[in-house]
Amino acid sequence: MSVDPSAKQNETTQEHGHPHPKHELSYHAKRIYAIRELLLEKGVVTREDIQAQIDYQEARSPANGARLVARAWVDPKFKARLLADPKAACAEMGIDATSLNEFVVLENSEKVRHMVVCTLCSCYPRPILGRPPDWYKSFNYRARAVNDPRGVMREFGQELGADIEVRVHDSTADIRYLVLPLRPPGTEGMSGEELAKLVTRDSMIGVVDALPALPGSRKNA
Amino acid sequence: MSESSGRFKPGDRVRVRAEDRPGHIRTPFYIRGKSGWVERVYGEFLNPESLAYGRDGLPKRPLYLVGFRQAEVWEKYETAPKDKLYIDIYEHWLEPA
Repeated sequence: MSVDPSAKQNETTQEHGHPHPKHELSYHAKRIYAIRELLLEKGVVTREDIQAQIDYQEARSPANGARLVARAWVDPKFKARLLADPKAACAEMGIDATSLNEFVVLENSEKVRHMVVCTLCSCYPRPILGRPPDWYKSFNYRARAVNDPRGVMREFGQELGADIEVRVHDSTADIRYLVLPLRPPGTEGMSGEELAKLVTRDSMIGVVDALPALPGSRKNA
Repeated sequence: MSESSGRFKPGDRVRVRAEDRPGHIRTPFYIRGKSGWVERVYGEFLNPESLAYGRDGLPKRPLYLVGFRQAEVWEKYETAPKDKLYIDIYEHWLEPA
């Protein structure tokens, strides 16, 4: 088998006609390429399997969560179903959440804000939000989300009054959590598609609220 | 194993066992020895402390959503007395409080 994946990599980069900067592969990258080549050589997986898995990983993004939230904002019956049986509500929207063991949606209100962290590693509702951002996996966030959530929110640009209750969920086991942020004021009359643009990834982790109404998007203003 | 019967109900006061032992443990260190209440019973799940070592994860363990008052978890928590912390904890890490 090819035990020098870095050489192979450089060779590949020359093939499509323009130069790429050469960089040394790290120890772990080399190990991954070696394992990949072994799996292919032994027929455990095919190149098509690997590409299909890459496509699947890339297809999962916060756009899924934003669609769920925006529909919950405009359709109270859907919101009730999303809170009662989140996986079934995902299926209704064509979002495959079956890989999640348990999925729970936490509804924010004027008086309560939820925020999600995994202090032990990086547990995250990947089918709904894609891969977690680097900061979500950082020691800094993981430590401070539990003991200083208001300080973390402040760094994301959100100051909460002491009358608002902050509920932090440390996602340590089989449950994955998604925050259902508050619908921003002034968004009456906006379509689900327009509303989905206000639902950021960070608002579904709960470190900030959804974006304010876009200027000029208010129908009745 | 009798522990798998789900001995706690929502509202029960519980304390997290203050054990320290090696292994793939899903109970964060910072919450061991602290007291809270059962907010929700999630049902039974394969035991990650066994799964992590290639074993079958059986018997399944009841999993609870346990609530804590932030002011009771951290000595220097910001003045916001209603703030809470919720953690998913398996039954064998809980005892009545």
